[in-house]
Amino acid sequence: MPLDLKIDDLRYGSELIKRGFAQMQKGGVIMDVTDAEEAAIAEDAGAVSVMALEMVPADIREVGGVARMADPAKIKEIIDAVDIPVMAKCRIGHIAESRVLESLGVDMVDESEVLTPADPFYHVDKTDHDIPFVCGCRNLGEALRRIEEGAAMMRTKGEAGTGNIVEAVRHQRAVMGEIRELKEKEKHELIDVAKKHGVTLKLVEEVAERQRLPVVNFAAGGIATPADAALMMMLGTDGVFVGSGIFKSESPQVMGEAIVEAVHNFDDPEKIAEVSEGLGKAMPGKNIDDLSEEERLQDRESSR
Amino acid sequence: MSTTFSDHRRPRNIRLGVLGIQGAVLEHERSLRKSLKELGMKGDVKRVRYEEEIEGLDGLVIPGGESSTISRILGQKKIREKIISRAEEGMHIMGTCAGAILLAKEGGTAVDGSDTQLLELMDIEVERNAFGRQRRSFESYVDTNIAKRFPGVFIRAPMIVNCWGKCTPLGRLEEVIIAAEQDNLLALVFHPELTSDLRIHTYFVQNIIKKYKK
Repeated sequence: MPLDLKIDDLRYGSELIKRGFAQMQKGGVIMDVTDAEEAAIAEDAGAVSVMALEMVPADIREVGGVARMADPAKIKEIIDAVDIPVMAKCRIGHIAESRVLESLGVDMVDESEVLTPADPFYHVDKTDHDIPFVCGCRNLGEALRRIEEGAAMMRTKGEAGTGNIVEAVRHQRAVMGEIRELKEKEKHELIDVAKKHGVTLKLVEEVAERQRLPVVNFAAGGIATPADAALMMMLGTDGVFVGSGIFKSESPQVMGEAIVEAVHNFDDPEKIAEVSEGLGKAMPGKNIDDLSEEERLQDRESSR
Repeated sequence: MSTTFSDHRRPRNIRLGVLGIQGAVLEHERSLRKSLKELGMKGDVKRVRYEEEIEGLDGLVIPGGESSTISRILGQKKIREKIISRAEEGMHIMGTCAGAILLAKEGGTAVDGSDTQLLELMDIEVERNAFGRQRRSFESYVDTNIAKRFPGVFIRAPMIVNCWGKCTPLGRLEEVIIAAEQDNLLALVFHPELTSDLRIHTYFVQNIIKKYKK
């Protein structure tokens, strides 16, 4: 039974506690699961967390229509099935879904472009929740906007459910490149950057000085093989989310284990070769150019 | 050629490692480097992932992360046996959060259920996620024998539910044991590496230096 502490200076949901949760995920693989059985497979395969959702992104693409938060019964079932943290997705700006997920005991909410956005103007005010949020980004500006709204963790958006890594690489390179550019800038130029992205100078200065985002940054969107995961780690991400890549592959348990190994040994090509052998078929892939404008999930960001 | 603590030749730098499988690895490296600097000591701090990297270490930190994930990877490699044998030879180890779980001899029900393979080095029993899920994670000042009013960061933290034999509790939060020590081994259920307070890392480094000067 969880212990109930009665101490006066106890503080829940502080920025340190939220960002700290994300720091504990570093070097790990977070896997999308849709039921208790998949969650148990993910945990056995070495996932650091599971992401509970109704359908993996590849199926969301297939089915079409409006994609929403998963059924609370499913989320509870997944929470009961594993000891590792459980994350779940809410629609962009859907402050009722985010509250529901918090009340269910979800450890982190992904305010995700993979679901159909709910608010055309605003994202969730993440500072107003006790549990941490992860959000997607395509570039530095988008990352800074989400961090200022209280996101405790970032991830590339990539293009979820395509099994195509190119967009995740594009987004990671954009973020890293733009951070490097900040290094040379003088104060008045940093003020311009802050104005352009609609964020505070303080945040821009912090990123310029530390030469990284102030929160953990994972890769997501299109990771389908161990080598894809290793590639993202080589590009400087702190860990990876794998959505459709595991449970849309021929043998999820083996693929899951192989991706976990590849993340831990991303700088060891021999090890990646070893774990990549005989994995069976990876998920079927899609070319980004073949997607219509509506099919590009990454372009979903509420304008302010 | 490796020198040992008993050598009377020019002392070499102390060597500290942070087990770099998963979790808050960089944060511990940073705190250890700052502690060395504050003590005016030269030393090497590095991330270690392989058996052979454990060999020459004077101190090892097992960081927080997901204990089941870390133990799974540890179990597949020879590094697990190496850590156990080096600990028995006197290498200092500090385990925080997941690291504290791994140091324990007994894991309680939540640990048993997740087939986490413990290192079984310390006479303590731990309970995983003892304070509840992430929404029950908290910050609070804590008193330990090492440092009073230390900023304690508890993230899905375990607790030490039992401590026996050669192990002594070093601090409590209400009745709960949050830190314990047994000879060269130190277990903390919170995260000193997430704060700028270096007192606990400094204590860990100082204990190694003391031995080194004998």
